Amino acid sequence: MAPVNGIPLRKRLEWLIETLVRVLGFSAIGFVAMIFVFLLMEGVPAFVQVPLDNLFNVRWYPTSELYGALPLIAGSLVVTIVAMLIAFPLGVGTAVFVREIAPSWAREVLKPMIEVLAGIPSVVLGFFGMITLAPVIRESLGAPTGLTAFTGALLLAYMALPTIISVAEDALDAVPKSYRDAGLAMGATQWQTIWRVVVPAARSGILMALMLGMGRAIGETMAVMMVTGNAARMPSSLRALFLPIRTMTATIAAEMGEVAHGSTHYHVLFGVGLILFILTFSITLAAASVMFRRRSRGGLR
Amino acid sequence: MIPPRAALLCACCAFLIVFAATLAGCRPSGDASTGSDGAIQTIQNKGSDTLVNLALAWVEAYALVHPEVRISVTGGGSGTGIAAMINGTVDIANASRAMKTVELDAARANGIEPIEFTVALDAIAIVVHPDNPIDHLSLQQISDIYTGKITNWSELGSYDRPIVLLSRESNSGTYVYFLENVIRQGWEDDDSLFSPDTLLMPSSEGISAEVRQNRNAIGYDGLGYVTPDQKVVAVGIEPGGPFVLPSIETVNDGSYPISRPLYMYTAGEPSGAIRTFLDWILSDGQQMVRDLGFVPLD
Repeated sequence: MAPVNGIPLRKRLEWLIETLVRVLGFSAIGFVAMIFVFLLMEGVPAFVQVPLDNLFNVRWYPTSELYGALPLIAGSLVVTIVAMLIAFPLGVGTAVFVREIAPSWAREVLKPMIEVLAGIPSVVLGFFGMITLAPVIRESLGAPTGLTAFTGALLLAYMALPTIISVAEDALDAVPKSYRDAGLAMGATQWQTIWRVVVPAARSGILMALMLGMGRAIGETMAVMMVTGNAARMPSSLRALFLPIRTMTATIAAEMGEVAHGSTHYHVLFGVGLILFILTFSITLAAASVMFRRRSRGGLR
Repeated sequence: MIPPRAALLCACCAFLIVFAATLAGCRPSGDASTGSDGAIQTIQNKGSDTLVNLALAWVEAYALVHPEVRISVTGGGSGTGIAAMINGTVDIANASRAMKTVELDAARANGIEPIEFTVALDAIAIVVHPDNPIDHLSLQQISDIYTGKITNWSELGSYDRPIVLLSRESNSGTYVYFLENVIRQGWEDDDSLFSPDTLLMPSSEGISAEVRQNRNAIGYDGLGYVTPDQKVVAVGIEPGGPFVLPSIETVNDGSYPISRPLYMYTAGEPSGAIRTFLDWILSDGQQMVRDLGFVPLD
């Protein structure tokens, strides 16, 4: 090829493509930063316009200028934590079965099925929850209504399962075969090997599965909005689990569409979004630091 | 040759700047063009958020029979629409309430005599599960139920079950109307609110699904949205009755208490395209009123 300015064309072209790919890669950081700046710009006025004792109160009546966001934050946390209490043992159990116990033909069927699970749209799940799950919960638990925090947590657990299973399975997969061989050679049973050797060796990856599942659950909107009843009441006892609740995501989704641009209510909704963003961001950060620790320990891969 | 690192940095910066500029440029530009070119006439319509969907449906249907008229519809609330009509920036104002004396005075001071057209009626039905023995409630009882003073059906002479309150989301016009005219019963100094236990449903379908399934539930919604598998409760103004079931007749003769007329106002007696449009609304346009959850005029 003809050299231009002493540099062959091919080399220039390569440099161009390389730069392009790199810019695209780094643009993800740019997008996150810009979204954060946008959220700050729209959300921070809420903390200035509304007195903090109104904002951090238990009464959420935005049309009457009562913007108590505590029931919403508590609602999101309750639903997410309960969902994780259900999904984490199930997910890790499934991952252990798929990776360690299931015969290879079962594994080949199960793995794609789990991935299909992740592809079910959340509206479909929400509709299923509203029509099928809610009456079952109302009748079996004797709750006044089936649209409860628990119903939401069940659906969220179901939605977080595929994430937890795949990540936990990858973590188990990364444990070298020699660990299992050593365990079995020491006379341990298969169960003892799994429970005392393989799972502890993969624990940072399993923890990351929990964090990612949690991030999936806390940000979910549609299904939660359809089945939790959306009553902004402060959960005060264990009984509140079987009563309606309102999450941050459902509030934003339900109210943003009709709110006047630039009004106090508008800024408060962005403020709630900002709180949600900070929560999910810290969860993801925790997951990343867990992963980083695994790498720097030089450990298992 | 340019050092790759510096070039990369430049490219990144350029990209971000361009992107930010695009974002900044994306703000919606305020005023739609009002210029009428040739034979095309334009009508500006603005006001009540309750009426906005109905008005849009009317405009879409009207465009099929009168393609030469262009009508733009915006919400913003009854007050906004009326103020714009008084200032002469819109031709028709939508309102879910009658004009106040202050607004009439302001209009007259501006040399405008507003003309009122009742274009549809809005009635709210109170619904319960078909098995619920309750068949009538007074406004005061409904208010006590929704503020959380009455929490069990047995207090109303029905079966012994907790009451589950269903409402539309707070962004719906029905929510505000119900709050002001049923819970507060029209008293402006009353600051009662929905009980915090009220379930806010994002859609009419949410309310009807729960009322169908749940014997504990009570809900309210626009009369046009009520399906036959829900039980509609008769409502009375006084505790002793008479109790009236909502229907096209009882809403039109004003005997059903939770209903209101919806208005359109024009600045002065309308003529030309505006007149034709309003006449169409009051005749052919009434056919689609029911589909949007409102009550057509008799």
